[in-house]
Amino acid sequence: MKTAGESFIGKMIAAQPFWVTVAVLVICAVMTYLQPASFPTADNFFNITRNFAYIGIMALGMMAVIITGGIDLSVGSVMGLAGIICGLVLQAGYPWWLAVLAGLGAGALCGIVNGVLIAYVGLPSFVVTLGMLAAARSFAVVLSENKMIYEFGPDGDMFIAIGGGEILGLSNMVWLLVAMTLVFGFVFRFTPWGRHLYAIGGNEAAARLAGVPVNRIKLQAYILCALTSAIAAIMVVGWQGSAINALGTGYELRVIASAVIGGANLMGGEGGAFAAFIGATLIEVIRNSLLMAGIDSNWQGAFVGAFIVLAVLLERIRGSRTD
Amino acid sequence: MAALELKTISKHFGAIEALSHVDFALERGEIVGLMGDNGAGKSTLVKIIAGNFPPSGGTILLEGRPVHFHKPGDARAAGIEVVYQDLALCNNLTASANVFLAREKTRGFGPFRILDNRAMNERSRELFAELKSETRPAETVRMMSGGQRQAVAIARTHLSQARIVLMDEPTAAISVRQVAEVLDLLRRLREQGMAIVLISHRMPDVFEVADRVVVLRRGRKVADKPIQDSSPEEVTGLITGAIGTA
Repeated sequence: MKTAGESFIGKMIAAQPFWVTVAVLVICAVMTYLQPASFPTADNFFNITRNFAYIGIMALGMMAVIITGGIDLSVGSVMGLAGIICGLVLQAGYPWWLAVLAGLGAGALCGIVNGVLIAYVGLPSFVVTLGMLAAARSFAVVLSENKMIYEFGPDGDMFIAIGGGEILGLSNMVWLLVAMTLVFGFVFRFTPWGRHLYAIGGNEAAARLAGVPVNRIKLQAYILCALTSAIAAIMVVGWQGSAINALGTGYELRVIASAVIGGANLMGGEGGAFAAFIGATLIEVIRNSLLMAGIDSNWQGAFVGAFIVLAVLLERIRGSRTD
Repeated sequence: MAALELKTISKHFGAIEALSHVDFALERGEIVGLMGDNGAGKSTLVKIIAGNFPPSGGTILLEGRPVHFHKPGDARAAGIEVVYQDLALCNNLTASANVFLAREKTRGFGPFRILDNRAMNERSRELFAELKSETRPAETVRMMSGGQRQAVAIARTHLSQARIVLMDEPTAAISVRQVAEVLDLLRRLREQGMAIVLISHRMPDVFEVADRVVVLRRGRKVADKPIQDSSPEEVTGLITGAIGTA
């Protein structure tokens, strides 16, 4: 016998991503009604999807960390550092793939430092990644000599084609986000590694007693998170055709907000790949709608803040009903 | 031959003697109630058996062979499982995910392996049926009663084919009805030939299921006798020191 909570439909309706998807559709419908000439256009669709694509990519990595019960505040700075490294490698005339590898390497290194300090030394993730937030940004500023890098050398065009190109009317970044969401969703749901992420977030001591390699998996989660920041940096530098050391400033809030609004639990143990995708979508759709409605875009912060608190509040209400 | 035998086990932490010359034997298909006040050495003894730390002196024999455990994994590999008081379960996972945690069944080929939830649910269903517990494999542990959670923790030990199970206060934090359920689980494990150490403060539980009672006081064994030859009054006296030994 199945109760309502166990059936597929029941599970879907009980899940936060479902309601966030409904909210996105409602906002889009209202905006289409209010602004038929400017909102539901191919151009605007292209812009919205591209604007949340790189946040969504980072939110996928953040999701892995949040599921374990941790947090990574350094994603914006890691993005900035990886972007500057890419720009420097291109500026020096090296091929595009070396720039990609260097960017990923810089991200991985940040992730390793975060992960080792958190998983093996046992420092709180909040503190370690706050430190990395400051340090990685500082490296980016020093390495760039506080200048914008835009003379990309012979392979710059290829790099710009990767990040700035489009396929079938959508930015490459969007396709990358879709592909990564599918891969992350698969890993979270269907692999032992994914299950161990949830186990660590649910009860770290129990996971350890059961024989889950907790330290190793936490380290891997922080590396994965930093790598998604580096991937986002590579794409955005290509799209903008320049690397600035301020790239990604303040993004940690948007990325964490995406994950939480999508349905991640900051206490760990809950979340998913689609949650990261749809959370990032909602934030950008709101921002775009505010702009279209002629409201000062600086109000976005107030809306994002309200949505984070609302998401956590909903979680609390649902939690009190089940516990 | 005893499933587990401890010979003159001692353990001291610096100048503090937590256990001194404790002999202890456990047969297959037997439940031994291990009792004692806080600080009597119960948990030290359990931790030595479970491989958390080695004894300062004495030997541990498993089926007659001496063994040395350096870490909990060693004891587990030798067929000794501990069910902890707080049950050490992940509330956000299903019953079967908890049973199979860190030993998940997978399918696929080579390095491309995915979780085989169907097989894990199926096997969990069998394990719960053996325990005669109404626990549904696909249900999340968060929703479960204390008795069902206990069944999940015990099913874990079953999966690993443990021969010796140490139960740390299994009835401490659950309702009266669930206590009966847990005691039934223990009897079923005994029928299957498992050797069980029941660490408990609850006198009625020990007298209901245990075959033998062992009492520790200040690191020494002061009693080790069949349960029918003892009484709750005597055990209480032994625990507090009102009765010297028995």
